[in-house]
Amino acid sequence: MVRSKRELWKAFGLVVPSLAVISVFVYAFIAWSVRTSFSAWKGMVPDYTFVGLRNYFTVFSRQRFQIDLMNTLSFTVSFLLLCVVIGILLAWLIDRNIRGEGIFRTIYLFPMSVSFVVTGVVWRWIFNPTVGINALLRQIGLGHLAWGWYTDPTRIGIFHIALIPVIIAASWQLSGYTMAMFLAGFRGIPSELTEQARIDGAGEFFILRKIYLPMLRPITLSALIVLGHFSLKIFDLVFTMTGSGPAFATDVPAIYMFETTFRGNNYGEGAVISIVMLLMVAVVIVPYLASTFRKE
Amino acid sequence: MSTKVKQQYAFSRVMIYAVLISAAAVYLVPIYILLNTSLKSFEAATLRQLWVPALEPTFEPFLRAWSQLAPNFMNSIYLTIPATVISCILGSLNGYVFSKWRFRGADVLFVLVLFGMFIPYQSILIPLVQFLRSIGLYGSLGGLILTHIVYGIPITTLIFRNYYMEVPDSLLDASYIDGLGMFQAYLWIVFPISAPAFVVVIIWQFTNIWNEFLFAVTLTHRPSLQPITVALRNLAGSQIVEWNVQMAGAFLAALPTLAVFISLGKFFVRGLMAGSVKG
Repeated sequence: MVRSKRELWKAFGLVVPSLAVISVFVYAFIAWSVRTSFSAWKGMVPDYTFVGLRNYFTVFSRQRFQIDLMNTLSFTVSFLLLCVVIGILLAWLIDRNIRGEGIFRTIYLFPMSVSFVVTGVVWRWIFNPTVGINALLRQIGLGHLAWGWYTDPTRIGIFHIALIPVIIAASWQLSGYTMAMFLAGFRGIPSELTEQARIDGAGEFFILRKIYLPMLRPITLSALIVLGHFSLKIFDLVFTMTGSGPAFATDVPAIYMFETTFRGNNYGEGAVISIVMLLMVAVVIVPYLASTFRKE
Repeated sequence: MSTKVKQQYAFSRVMIYAVLISAAAVYLVPIYILLNTSLKSFEAATLRQLWVPALEPTFEPFLRAWSQLAPNFMNSIYLTIPATVISCILGSLNGYVFSKWRFRGADVLFVLVLFGMFIPYQSILIPLVQFLRSIGLYGSLGGLILTHIVYGIPITTLIFRNYYMEVPDSLLDASYIDGLGMFQAYLWIVFPISAPAFVVVIIWQFTNIWNEFLFAVTLTHRPSLQPITVALRNLAGSQIVEWNVQMAGAFLAALPTLAVFISLGKFFVRGLMAGSVKG
């Protein structure tokens, strides 16, 4: 395709406003946050006096932040596992000429279109220890299964059991999305492969394990990255549903950052938390972006 | 097929439907709770009755929630519409250039732009507040609109770029020979066939901006200017608001995006898929 130099310059001119805005609002602002994280800024008035790594040492030595990191780990692992298992299972079942497929897909996916704030409000009531699932369990005679849900500060290893309701709510919202990704994956696998296996007498589980799952590996990776980077920065859902929870049992870095910065006016430490969050996400996203676009 | 194989097949079909239907029931529980509680009067919505169906449905909770949340609902509309439209136009122009006019370095710049949609917004939030303060937009809807336009650029650019990649280059080459310039080719050839991508991007941006919370809660502090997500959280966090009204409020906040999803779901799913990059 022929492109004159002049027209290419014009094309460049067309994207310059967006590039300029992104370089300021993304890259310059990140640099500005880094600078803030090395500064003594505490209080309403900005103070960029350089204090080196002091804020980093302070934040990492705080128990709340250590709990937050462990909660992020527990939450991310369980949430990813749940979403991927449910997603594959539902996609696998839906992908076999199901009557009313559209209705099922809509029901599994609609949570994705609802605000996390709405979700948080509703799930908070569902897991409310006096009125929610506990009341239902008592009504059907399973009262001994009732427990404190997000109000229970118990910890097993590094896992706060109060996170379970949050994990369920988040999976409710995003497992349908995972299902949609896997469904697209299943549909992309040539049917000759599975037909031949069926003729040879292979069972459905065998086909799932030996043909589908290996071929779904790239999609699984994409799903894990999208869900994983989301769970590393989760905020609205937890903030509305449980807040920090008892003894920070459901606290996450995003809530800590928000409260430190905008409630406590401790900008230096708030910036540290935000930079740590950025680094966690970058570790996942940068290799992904690099490998995706190197291919082109 | 032998009878035995047929029976096995029928049995496995029944099992599949059983699993799918029970899963659907579980997914619908929150909607049941939401609607059911919203339709109850204060007396009926007592603490022990969460799961009991609303036997005498009333719209009173909706009216009361609406009377409290209406200004914020309107704020969300004033915020969402301009931010969606402008970020769409920018995305379309960028997507056109990044797919059809790949000047030297364009691909690298595109990936650098794309990175902007993955960052945790906390990492730009402190400078953003300072910046908006310095230009006098902090605390106003205008500041929030600007923010959503800027951080909408990566995803809108990505979706349009992927869409335009499918447009054959020969279409543009012809226009080039006809003497159309770069921008004229966009206006007369590319833009008119962009409707499907516009639908996907508009739905995507509308949903995201309507549902957004972090920017909204940090950039607007006056209750009269807050979008509905922030107002809903305040309503739900308050001890004096009855919870049938809270639920009705949550339903009002969910209604626009839910309606869009139910009527235009397939476009929404396309946006979702585009959101997972796949170069």
